[in-house]
Amino acid sequence: MIVGIGLSDYPRAPELDSVGHHVLAMQRALADSGVAKTDIDGYLNAGMGMDESAVSMAEYLGIDHRYIDGTMTGGSSFEFHVQHAAAALRDGLCETVLITYGSDLLSRSGRTLGTGGFFQQRQHVAGPAQYEAPYGNSLVGAYAMAARRHMHEYGTTSEQLAQIAVGVRELAGLNPLAMYRDPLSVDDVLSSRMIADPLHKLDCCVISDGGGALILTTAERARDLRQPPVYVLGAAGAASHWNISQMPDFTETAAARCGPLAMARAGITPADVDTVQFYDSFTITVLLLLEGLGFCAKGDGGPFVAEGHLRRHGRLPANTDGGGLSSNHPGMRGIFLLIEAARQLRGQAGPAQVPDCRVAAAVGSGGWLSYIGTVILGKEHP
Amino acid sequence: MSSHLEVRRGEAWERPIPRGDALSREYFAAAAEGRLLVQRCPSCGQRQFYPRTLCTGCGANPEWMEVSGRGTVHTFTVIRQQGAKPFRDELPYVVAMVALDEGPLMMGNLTGCPVDDVHIGMAVEAYVVEAEPGVGVAFWQPTSA
Repeated sequence: MIVGIGLSDYPRAPELDSVGHHVLAMQRALADSGVAKTDIDGYLNAGMGMDESAVSMAEYLGIDHRYIDGTMTGGSSFEFHVQHAAAALRDGLCETVLITYGSDLLSRSGRTLGTGGFFQQRQHVAGPAQYEAPYGNSLVGAYAMAARRHMHEYGTTSEQLAQIAVGVRELAGLNPLAMYRDPLSVDDVLSSRMIADPLHKLDCCVISDGGGALILTTAERARDLRQPPVYVLGAAGAASHWNISQMPDFTETAAARCGPLAMARAGITPADVDTVQFYDSFTITVLLLLEGLGFCAKGDGGPFVAEGHLRRHGRLPANTDGGGLSSNHPGMRGIFLLIEAARQLRGQAGPAQVPDCRVAAAVGSGGWLSYIGTVILGKEHP
Repeated sequence: MSSHLEVRRGEAWERPIPRGDALSREYFAAAAEGRLLVQRCPSCGQRQFYPRTLCTGCGANPEWMEVSGRGTVHTFTVIRQQGAKPFRDELPYVVAMVALDEGPLMMGNLTGCPVDDVHIGMAVEAYVVEAEPGVGVAFWQPTSA
């Protein structure tokens, strides 16, 4: 169960580097939970590179671990981590698990949109990327191809996608830390610059700084801690591809497999879910994930969002912290989905609190709609 | 099977260049000669692209299969903002997933028509631009009648 959550500073924290975000988030999760740092004996981290890998950060943080996991599936890594951590706790591999994330993406890059390109001019490219790199696709372009195909097959419209951004912005208005808080209209989205047809600038998430940490432990240890525990009712992950050109069906993600599986493991149906934190790298990401989890039939995502079900007072309020679309997205947002879901279940979500919130889902998407992780969290012991 | 694809040589190439490995060098070399290849598994019949040393279906060793270079647009986007050279000087341009008549999907740029004319289902044919001697990169254009 999740017993501690911590956020570093966002959306801008020029005084912190990525490691600093990991540290600050961990310190706040420890303070939140009442767990002593010396009790942590499991560590998970999706970081890449010399400084931020799981092994390097375990050393830096001084974690004496019996269990370590560096699973990196992109933005959904943390949904996979919770699944793995719950299994490790269940099997007795460790007793108290820490998951950390940190990124100084905004302060380091100075960019606010992901169209920088992946490769340099005349760069020699190896591996699967050599079949894509010569064509100048962008991160936005990858998602745009999924949106275009969904529009073609199901009649989904740019107006419907815009409704997702509008609803998330409304919730961002309740979060004093969110990067953008002013109300947004469908027209605002549609009249924003086209980045990669059919996705406009306001169909795209922000780029920010930020970090997060989660602490999970056993039921026995949770009894003495500060916060009401949040139970991992069920979790599952699945993938359909890694590189976008290998996506087998541009209208369906692996959420169609791991979403129902996570709910089955939790013993719930979509009707039991009180709030969902969807990975909202782009508006189309939300649409594909909500269809995959079965909140509406495949292809009906457009009308579903246009009816307002994901909005603040809808039947399934989504992305209640303002999401990646309006609040923060430091590169891999999956941990924020889990933290916001936990806040909702604790009743600590402030003005964005969903009334009587008992079951919350966090649905992460990593890569290019590639790796989907679904975690179902609950307020009560299963 | 159509005759070999058009190959454009001697054009300035500023884009990223396939490095090539033992397997992909065969693919890019064939393209430089105007032949477009995918793979077919002799064991289970699966067709796949990009080339690999195994069939992703059954694990057997696949064989090369020359394709016609004809297909339809499965999905696409028009890139209107891109920070990297040389692409930022070529905006707007189309990145498409082409469904080959023989089955597999292949990414490529679609040129030879206004970007606003591109639509899903559009019939397209491949041509090749030589990036370096012996390294051909496939592009797509509307099928000539």
